[in-house]
Amino acid sequence: MAAADIAFLPNGSEGTRARWKYLDKVLDRPGPFTDPDSFVPGNHETLERAKVLGAGGLGCEILKNLALSGFKDIHVIDMDTIDVSNLNRQFLFRAADVGKYKAEVAAAFVEKRVKGVQITPYCGKIQDKDEEYYKQFALIVCGLDSIEARRWINSMLVGMVDGNDPDSLKPLIDGGTEGFKGQARVIFPTMTSCIECQLDMHAPRAAVPLCTLATIPRQPQHCIEWAHIIAWEEERKEITLDTDDPEHITWLFQKASKRAEEFNIPGVTYSMTQGVVKNIIPAIASTNAIVAASCCNEAFKLLTNANPFLGFPGTDNYMMYTGDESVYTYTFEHQKKDDCPVCGEEALARPLEIDPEATLQEFVDSLAERPEAQLKTPSIRTTEKSLYIQSAADYERMTRPNLEKKMKDLTAEGEEMLVSDKAFPTMFKYVVVWKR
Amino acid sequence: MAAVPGAAGTLSAADILSSTLYTQPYDRQLRLWGATGQIALENSHILLINSGPGVVGLETLKNLVLPGAGNFTIQDSAVVDEADLGINFFLEESHLGGFRAEHTCNLLKELNPDVQGNFITEPVESWLSQADALKPYTLILATAPIRPELLTKLTAHADQALVPLFYVHSVGFYSHFSVHLPPAFPIVDTHPSPETTADLRLLKPWPELLEYAKEKTKDMENMAADDHGHIPYIAILLHCLEEWKKEHNGEAPKNYKDKTAFRDLVKKATQTDNPEGGEENFEEAVSAVLKSLNPPEPSSTVKDIFKAPECVIIRENSAPFWVIAHAIGLFYTKYGVLPVPGAVPDMKARSADYIQLQNVYKSKARKDLAEVLESVRFLERNANMSTHIEEKDVEAFCKNAAHIKLVRGRPFHIVPAEGDLKFGSNAKSLAQKLTFPDALIPIYIAFLAWDKFTATHTLDGLAGAPRPPGSSDAEVESDTEKVTSIALKLIDSLVKEAKYTIDEEEYDTIRTQIGELAQELVRAGGGELHNIGALTGGIVSQEVIKVITEQYVPVDNTCVFDGVRSKSSVFKV
Ligand SMILES: [Zn+2]
Repeated sequence: MAAADIAFLPNGSEGTRARWKYLDKVLDRPGPFTDPDSFVPGNHETLERAKVLGAGGLGCEILKNLALSGFKDIHVIDMDTIDVSNLNRQFLFRAADVGKYKAEVAAAFVEKRVKGVQITPYCGKIQDKDEEYYKQFALIVCGLDSIEARRWINSMLVGMVDGNDPDSLKPLIDGGTEGFKGQARVIFPTMTSCIECQLDMHAPRAAVPLCTLATIPRQPQHCIEWAHIIAWEEERKEITLDTDDPEHITWLFQKASKRAEEFNIPGVTYSMTQGVVKNIIPAIASTNAIVAASCCNEAFKLLTNANPFLGFPGTDNYMMYTGDESVYTYTFEHQKKDDCPVCGEEALARPLEIDPEATLQEFVDSLAERPEAQLKTPSIRTTEKSLYIQSAADYERMTRPNLEKKMKDLTAEGEEMLVSDKAFPTMFKYVVVWKR
Repeated sequence: MAAVPGAAGTLSAADILSSTLYTQPYDRQLRLWGATGQIALENSHILLINSGPGVVGLETLKNLVLPGAGNFTIQDSAVVDEADLGINFFLEESHLGGFRAEHTCNLLKELNPDVQGNFITEPVESWLSQADALKPYTLILATAPIRPELLTKLTAHADQALVPLFYVHSVGFYSHFSVHLPPAFPIVDTHPSPETTADLRLLKPWPELLEYAKEKTKDMENMAADDHGHIPYIAILLHCLEEWKKEHNGEAPKNYKDKTAFRDLVKKATQTDNPEGGEENFEEAVSAVLKSLNPPEPSSTVKDIFKAPECVIIRENSAPFWVIAHAIGLFYTKYGVLPVPGAVPDMKARSADYIQLQNVYKSKARKDLAEVLESVRFLERNANMSTHIEEKDVEAFCKNAAHIKLVRGRPFHIVPAEGDLKFGSNAKSLAQKLTFPDALIPIYIAFLAWDKFTATHTLDGLAGAPRPPGSSDAEVESDTEKVTSIALKLIDSLVKEAKYTIDEEEYDTIRTQIGELAQELVRAGGGELHNIGALTGGIVSQEVIKVITEQYVPVDNTCVFDGVRSKSSVFKV
């Protein structure tokens, strides 16, 4: 073919679809598994018109995949700037880009590489945006790094659903990785199992008790946590710890090494110090590629109906991938929970076992570790009174004395307890049950 | 490469600067495969023989260039056309009409300045006919379509040069790859999950361990509450085991019933008259009973390795793996157990007691290692080996002896253009799994049929270029019929070769399924979807990393991905 003749035509315009030759095969031809009622052969407009949002650490892969799946109007949110340690997998960034906003660099790169696609970056937090903003998208693909951000977007999208307006339902496609493992899931807010329903699948690691750190360290990690949580507070309180500052990490490393030496504990290294302090999760390009592509494959099928997609109510909605021992995927339907505090039908209060002798402080700490709650800054009310409120400084001061009181003096068995967290627009409803 | 500093707090600022400058970009991956894995990656030279739309091969390379695989070469004689720009991320408009190998190589090189990239634009037929064309490469990736006789040539090279060979398909919503590894591909560093690695030898304790337990549990009933609450759980279990044995003719708990009774005994020893109403260390002891009170018997995988012919007879040119395996086999024959790995899980305990316990295990591990090492040296002398295996390699082997793996690499199926395919020694297991809904064998068969079709059809005008089914709209229906009929013939011959019988009803189900799969493959017209290419490139690159670093456990030997249902399956062909 004469390349020069068509190179001047704007991509995707009437007259030439040469560039989308392969894509058009599955858009123009029905397959044995396509649903004849929803698949319209030859429909290219849906993809081109759909406005989609990508976000998070898998952003590079997601933008590339969406652009090369025929999407034309892509938005991206990312608050982070580029760090050297991103370069081993986030392929849209070069050493010269370190320090710049990820969203801007990524958007400009993909726009330049894939002609005809428009990518709109927003450098900030997903929490900066409101319902109006999220309403404009056909769906949202995210590979966010933090569970907090996932829970936020999830409750935002669940809250937006208006039974009288089918357009208010925005499918959420979420992916995450760790080492050689990952998962991709599709959520139809209010209709199928949501991020909050699935929270216990990603239980937090149990924290090391403070007394172990303070008096009986046994592992190199205990010495590092001691330097991180205790020594820094004691000796460098006036300096805010910056985990990206090599001087700060070196200080912690040396403190931890000295403590380890005192207790004859081998194994503290600089790299381990960095890993513990920054809570570094191992990450590689391969796994990001697998998970992001799986998410985008589902997004493509969902909008074009070129094949059945994950997440349709009553079908599989979750794919787990494990690559460290051979290759194993487990694809299943995660069931929606009736008592889900975000999407549950009638947000039933669930029983919560509490030690009556524990202090409110201990109870507050335990909420961070409960797999189904994982709340770091909870506010707690009973039907009678406010036990501890962190959402405003004044309230916090007023309720702080309660932290030392015992739970049996603050509440009673059978009482309803409301727990919220300023990080999420969600309320957890519990019924107190004494632990025996 | 610069190692991460490990000395206790004694490094200078310059040390940190130089080490982090080097390791920082790779920080997240060094935590997965360490410095030795990274060096192996840097010393590799990967060849991609690219064809078709070419996405899956390049996406695989992308994931290898980023983490720093040292060298790559792309062989591809295709010229960039408009369709490439709609699917391939490593091409731009200005490359139209140029060589795809050259431009994709250049854009991939941009990803990592530490990586060397090369390209070959000569057609694969003539290039491969040169002697030594494949000599520089440590691993080969070939993507479909490729002529069966060329694939056969690559297989012969893989066999003779012991170079890993991957064969990859990505067509529409489906993908597949097979890997041909050397006939003996052993892995020491399998990275087993931490829950499976604690080997505490509670049922085969040695005198020092028993002594330790005795000391820590002495007069246990009368200990101060705080001391009682800090006895390491291993000492508690050993103490209770001695008590139990007194009542049971010197026998340890054997079956589930014994173990639950033993667990109650441990539970009863817990002091509950404290503010917490229990003791954390005793809780740890109770929950460890069922999983830690097993005889330390090696798995059949490990015992099979001891029986492997390469292990039984050590020669001058035996690989270190076999020499060490033989030495550990001798250890096992003598003591009935593997060397003690020496790791102790964290547990509630005072620092000094815990470290003392660690040392009890460490010293035993060192003693076992010394014995294995002695056998290794003896074997080396006996076989007149000129080089010594490094002690650290023997140590790493001893530590993970219970989890070593041996993959027996073998050639995968190549459908000949003329004549029939022989399914070989795995025919039976493939035939048996044909009807398993999760095995996805029918997709594999459909790909074999796709290969046969492509090998026997050529594109008009382009001399000899293979034509995948469904390339033109007019031929979709007839091509589907052809692919279906090839696939059904393959199934018939598989079932026949396996001497397996499938009842007629099941056979009908398979026939319907094969018809649908052929239709879905032909629908794509030989085209790739970027998402499936990227996803498969991700999986293949993980496998390449595992094979190059000789860490984790690779696919043995075929994997299929179904992008319609988002499922995968691994089986042996
Ligand atoms: Zn929910």
